[in-house]
Amino acid sequence: MIEVLRAGPLTTMQDLGRPGLAHLGVGRSGAVDRPSLGLANRLVGNDEGAAALEVTFGGTALRATGPLTVALTGAPCTVRVNGRGSDMCAPLSLAAGDVLELGMPSRGVRTYLAVRGGFECELVLGSAATDLLSGLGPTPVRDGDLLVVGRACTAQPGVDVAPVRQLPDEPVLRVVPGPRVDWFAPDALMVLGRSRHEVTSSSDRIGVRLDGPVLERSRTDELPSEGMVEGSVQVPPDGHPVVFLADHPVTGGYPVIAVLHPDDIAVAAQLRPGQAVRFDVRPPI
Amino acid sequence: MRRMLVAGHDGLLVECEDLEDVMALHRSLEASRPAGVIDLVPAARTLLLTFDATTSRSDLVAAVTRAGAAEAGLAHPVPEVVIEVTYDGEDLAEVAELTGIPADEVVRRHQAADHVVAFTGFAPGFAYIAGGDPALVVPRRDTPRTRVPAGSVALAGEFTGIYPREGPGGWQLIGRTDSVLWDLRRENPALLTPGAPVRFTEAGS
Repeated sequence: MIEVLRAGPLTTMQDLGRPGLAHLGVGRSGAVDRPSLGLANRLVGNDEGAAALEVTFGGTALRATGPLTVALTGAPCTVRVNGRGSDMCAPLSLAAGDVLELGMPSRGVRTYLAVRGGFECELVLGSAATDLLSGLGPTPVRDGDLLVVGRACTAQPGVDVAPVRQLPDEPVLRVVPGPRVDWFAPDALMVLGRSRHEVTSSSDRIGVRLDGPVLERSRTDELPSEGMVEGSVQVPPDGHPVVFLADHPVTGGYPVIAVLHPDDIAVAAQLRPGQAVRFDVRPPI
Repeated sequence: MRRMLVAGHDGLLVECEDLEDVMALHRSLEASRPAGVIDLVPAARTLLLTFDATTSRSDLVAAVTRAGAAEAGLAHPVPEVVIEVTYDGEDLAEVAELTGIPADEVVRRHQAADHVVAFTGFAPGFAYIAGGDPALVVPRRDTPRTRVPAGSVALAGEFTGIYPREGPGGWQLIGRTDSVLWDLRRENPALLTPGAPVRFTEAGS
């Protein structure tokens, strides 16, 4: 087991979520940076979708109650075991009583901690993911929690050290024009593509909220609510876009001007408040 | 005519003619689900399909086009859900005023209509129930309530909705029910799923 000495600002259990249940009003949820979840699990020999901890802005301290193998990926932060520096993106052996501490990430937002065997928790609709929008799944991790380690590993870990993904200072997110681009002024896509947008502090697992030049609409009537995909760039009446992440609502009532390239969702998932971001508007599909 | 819109690399948003058309398309695609489809998300005027990376958009466009032509014979009969309602909602008088129909007649018409679940959303288990009496179409409240009790039966636009759990809400409350809309211990946690016929009856009658 793992004893949570300090949970940190927000630490949740995540896996690959609940795809295929949108008709019940249930969103996918799961890790917002899925490649990092998958890498952490591979490093310890788990299935890619095993439940792991998503640690938001570090600050977590854990104590192993027995020998364990863990791996950390995603937002780079200082890692200490019993006060000594250690590495991310590699399997890390802990002995009973060892204390693992994560500092504040130097870049990015979310660090993933996988444990060999996976975390064992009660599944809700087939998933251990904490969905903060709908309240499904386990509650966020709290100080004093005891996390149960499972035995569901499939293989011996195959890689010792994985390449660390670089998180750029000013990421460029590729987008294709979205389903409602015709609800916007003719130059709105150009404004989206040519300007810098700043990530605001109200960003969360639902979406990255941006501040920058206003995207003007050409239609002011109300859009009947419609299905939303992950990576949608939705524009509320104030003209400032929101990029939807894993806990996004299943349907939404504001028009979507563009949608992220699937490979760039993990980049958006690591955007920090105050950071600048640009969009590369690709030709329509 | 249905319009096909691109919703990213793995999404196809079909804009339908009206709510009836959305429901017909949804029934048809549920009955013969195209390979590679992850989610079908019906809404008021649209149906969103999301699909995996191995599926081609043109195959799905073809499937949606075919669904239009063959929709009639494919519908699965879905059992009717009966909801017992105590019609004592805080907004019943306001609904009567907005529609010009006396409150007891609002209650009678609500029970008389052949309702059907159009789509879900907003929260797990929350269903947009269509098919209501056209005279009972009312706008949302100007100021949403911060706390609506679980089981509240409410009207907004062309829809009836039932709040699965306590939370904020802007719909006009006409009554309440003891039916449990969302229960994770059930095999299907949602009581109301798209396509299900719904009958409202007065509790205790």
